[in-house]
Amino acid sequence: MAFLVLIFVFLVTFPIYGGDYYMLVLVYILMYIVLSVSWVMFSGPTGYMSLAPAAFFGVGIYIGTILGAELPLIVAVAAGGLGCFGLALLVGLVTLRLRGIYFAIFTFGLLLFLTELILYLEIHVAGSRGRHVFPASDEAVFYIMLGICVVTLVSAYLIRRSRLGLALQSIGQNEEAAAHMGINTTRVKVLTFAISAIFMGAAGAIMAPSLIYIDPFIAFNMRNSFMPILMAVFGGMGQFYGPVVGAAVFAYTERFLRLQYPYYYMLTFGIILIIVIVFLPRGLVGLIPRLQKTRLIAKLLNRGKEEQHADT
Amino acid sequence: MIAISGLLTGGIYALIAMGLSLQYGVARVLNIAHGEFIMLGALIIWALVIDLRIYPPLALAIAGPALFGMGFLLYRTLFTSIKNRAPTLGAAEGNALLAAFGLYFVILNSAVLNWGALPKAYEFLESVVWVGGTAYRLNRLVALVIAVVAGVAFYLFLTRSRTGKAIRAAAQDPPTAGLMGVNINRMLPLCFGLGAFLACLAAFLVGITTTVNAFMGLRYTIIAIIVMVLGGLGSIPGSFIGGFILGIVGSIVNYFEPTLVLPAFYGIFMILILVRPTGLFGQRQQ
Repeated sequence: MAFLVLIFVFLVTFPIYGGDYYMLVLVYILMYIVLSVSWVMFSGPTGYMSLAPAAFFGVGIYIGTILGAELPLIVAVAAGGLGCFGLALLVGLVTLRLRGIYFAIFTFGLLLFLTELILYLEIHVAGSRGRHVFPASDEAVFYIMLGICVVTLVSAYLIRRSRLGLALQSIGQNEEAAAHMGINTTRVKVLTFAISAIFMGAAGAIMAPSLIYIDPFIAFNMRNSFMPILMAVFGGMGQFYGPVVGAAVFAYTERFLRLQYPYYYMLTFGIILIIVIVFLPRGLVGLIPRLQKTRLIAKLLNRGKEEQHADT
Repeated sequence: MIAISGLLTGGIYALIAMGLSLQYGVARVLNIAHGEFIMLGALIIWALVIDLRIYPPLALAIAGPALFGMGFLLYRTLFTSIKNRAPTLGAAEGNALLAAFGLYFVILNSAVLNWGALPKAYEFLESVVWVGGTAYRLNRLVALVIAVVAGVAFYLFLTRSRTGKAIRAAAQDPPTAGLMGVNINRMLPLCFGLGAFLACLAAFLVGITTTVNAFMGLRYTIIAIIVMVLGGLGSIPGSFIGGFILGIVGSIVNYFEPTLVLPAFYGIFMILILVRPTGLFGQRQQ
């Protein structure tokens, strides 16, 4: 617990001594933590693979850009979150009544659909393909992203421990049985999916100023679905802190590599995802129970216990 | 005219949807990298034509089996691994989906690194032909004919031949099909490879009628998926007919507003899911 407080204090005071570059890197890490944790919020326990994070992120970018020009930043961010809540509600109501494959298909295509739809609207209604984004101070972006991240983590934790989380788990294990037990599976799924989208949208809205200029192809990028999924799978979808580990690792690495080796790094990440899916579907964090089974750790633990007993 | 253009794109859509239907219906892998296979086929054929001066149909004869082999091996190694290691069928499908997602990035970025991001084209049968008062390029007419013939031939193969019936059996009920003597271990990678081959055939048709580039894949994947749902998940003939339907619809929309084609498809998709998720000929109930 104290460890977490320490990290929190470190993050909150970071802008003072961090330096502009590292502050930006940290914002990206926080952004990816938000995206991967909120992805795991729904797809982790239920097994319904959502490929939509990039879609919600992009919608958040657009809502944030359009509203943030006139309204205060916080309002624009909240609007981004709420807008995505609504969109996810719609998507969920349409697809989550059916088998998981329809959901996966629909969320996958959502990105290109939104790209072309918004492209059409921008050209015909707004007059140009792209738009400039209002400026915002680096500190404001940092603190708001930190806030979103904290809210996401707390929400994920609370959902997990609540009856909703239990319902999600039982849906994931055997949806029919869960329904027979009286769980309104559609309602649970749609609600959780919509909640997870809030954070993705909010993250998009706050990241908009950093992009300076956006168009549908910049805002809607498949990479923003890929990275959170990679991070979550790598870190581990079952545990709470798995995606955080994955996010920290890959976000930092990505910032590093994207300038030097633009397409190579994505190629490598793709290969890593495939390897992890095949050999380590429970992720890095999932290794811990497996390691615990080995005798070495058990021996160390037992020795510790014996010493304790000897003292008392 | 709209009709010919619609039938041509419809034919291409039918081929890619049948390919995807094979991969999902039989091998149970929703191959969201399917479009990347199409792109790969298109660029390989382009490279063979431009760099090695190979006659385009011959290039297809080379690239097609190559892509088939690639699909076959990929299933044998990657997706079989996933299937064997997964605790449940649902988990296997989910993991396969994610693996295909990773594959999408691998193939896409490899292609961009290898060939660059610019569009590419080659000339083949560019002569102009007059049909009923309108001018068409020969390659478009030829492509249309090939698409329809290939589709019908494949349909006949599925319904009349032994292997075709084995494939349909494997799609309907794999364990029972296995009991009936279908070599499932051979059938699944075969179908996956066959799907890749159809992708290459479609890529050939795209390549002779229009330009290709490394980023063309995603659009085709999504269209293939929508056609597959329209025709009915698990029904390969359904994908054939659905492809033509969507092709004609797309052609009509394209006439009025090109950028709204995909949104229009998605609108159809949404209505489909709301009203009749099983599509035109779908049977699967699980």
